[in-house]
Amino acid sequence: MAELPILDLRGVGKIYELNGQKIEALRDASLVVTKGEFVCLIGASGCGKSTLLRIVAGFEPPSSGQALMWDKPVGGPAPDRGMVFQDYGLFPWLTVRQNIGFGPSSRGLPRAEVRDTVERFVSMVGLSRFADAYPHQLSGGMKQRVAIARVLANDAEVVLMDEPFGALDAMTRERLQDELLDIWQRTKLTVLFVTHSIEEAIFLADRVVVMEPGPGRIASEHMITLPRPRDVASPEFNEVRRDLSARLHSHHARKAA
Amino acid sequence: MSATTAAAPAEPATARVRVSLWQRVRGTVLASIVPLLLLAFWHYAVKAGMTRLIPSPADVAEYMVDFAWGGIWDDAFSRTLHIHLLASMSRVYGGFALAAIIAVPLGILIGRNDTIRALLDPFLQLMRPIPVTAWLPLSMILFGLGPRSAFFLVFLGAFYPILLNTVFGVRSVEKRLFEAASMLGCSPSAQFTKVVLPAALPSIFTGLRLGLGLAWFVIVVGEMTGVPQGLGAVIMDGRTLSRTELVICGMIVIGIAGFLSDRVVVIVMNRLLRWSPSHHG
Repeated sequence: MAELPILDLRGVGKIYELNGQKIEALRDASLVVTKGEFVCLIGASGCGKSTLLRIVAGFEPPSSGQALMWDKPVGGPAPDRGMVFQDYGLFPWLTVRQNIGFGPSSRGLPRAEVRDTVERFVSMVGLSRFADAYPHQLSGGMKQRVAIARVLANDAEVVLMDEPFGALDAMTRERLQDELLDIWQRTKLTVLFVTHSIEEAIFLADRVVVMEPGPGRIASEHMITLPRPRDVASPEFNEVRRDLSARLHSHHARKAA
Repeated sequence: MSATTAAAPAEPATARVRVSLWQRVRGTVLASIVPLLLLAFWHYAVKAGMTRLIPSPADVAEYMVDFAWGGIWDDAFSRTLHIHLLASMSRVYGGFALAAIIAVPLGILIGRNDTIRALLDPFLQLMRPIPVTAWLPLSMILFGLGPRSAFFLVFLGAFYPILLNTVFGVRSVEKRLFEAASMLGCSPSAQFTKVVLPAALPSIFTGLRLGLGLAWFVIVVGEMTGVPQGLGAVIMDGRTLSRTELVICGMIVIGIAGFLSDRVVVIVMNRLLRWSPSHHG
């Protein structure tokens, strides 16, 4: 018997209206994600990868098709689908601790439970020393750790990440990738991760979904079977990278032709 | 996971650096130069006979002592400073408080509700350019000669900056923060207190600060409406009686009182807005 997928997108399309002009951001996207899977969406800008993520998050309703979670249509945003934004989206007036506790206390959990949860996740992302700092006192990497902890502390089943490490320097990005994989392996979360870096996608994902623009759609899917931990400098990794890169460029070449 | 090697840990500063005596007094010294030069110019200009209508700084200082504690001239104004200051303060803070009580909630309503904004914004924008001084005759008709008129003018002066900054603060909350709050399970109704209010607080404070400054600004106009007490009344009396030293004393007291009340707002603001990079400190 086939396992019920945690996410099931069926022919999802999105048309925006901008100054009376219709813009098709996403056409007929279908994607099935099983629980615990790490899926990366990759593609050039305008390929609809962020739109897809925002529809799963419930920030935007699809114009056509259906987005299902556990076989139920996605309504609005909810704690079971946590989002990590590229620009962090932290509440600047709350400390690290209060930001992480925002979700649990919004959901009305007892105060003692909120406190325990917050402490657990503050130390999980290694921010104990900065627990009482405000976001403006933190580096970009630390802010993104808070954003991740905030979603995890809220019992999210699916973590949606929209180019979360795009604004970070290379060293910090690599460290956060390692940390994210570590958390993912320990918690068996389901992750939907948008990136424009082929290397990042191959390093992180079980499966890479390639998208292409004009209108945005899913072009192909690739299982990444390299054993973890993956070494970005290994010949096997390079082979996968070359292969995926060729496919990405052939999509683009076809579009340009 | 460890953050011990995180890039540029902007740790809240706890280390206390030894500061030299010069560094400690530098601000005060620099801030005193211009006023002292002006005072010196004033003193020598009067002494050189450039004007006979303006008293020397020493005369004003002597008069200020008499104004505050009496015992020198013993005229109608001796030892009356506290009476006038209290009268003005009650109007400034009363008018300001009323303006804040009305303008902050109204600004939030206008900022949050499209219908209310469509209903009130054009009208308020039309009324806003009218200077407070232009309201003087009308306010005397409406509220009579006396403190109520002064109160109304102060209210009017403080009202618009508070209102406009509140509207601006409420309307410029980052969309991202609403998305973050809703995906964390914060209901739309709870987002008002958990997102809108804290996010708008810096702008609301800017409005309150400007409003209080303007309240002190218009108090002289407000007290031209025939009130017996108040710093504005003192200045008007001084003018009528050609007692320039009295006028200057009134000006100095308003300046100091306005400055001190602004400092109080700034201190409260910096405490409440510690999280904001432009306010902490």
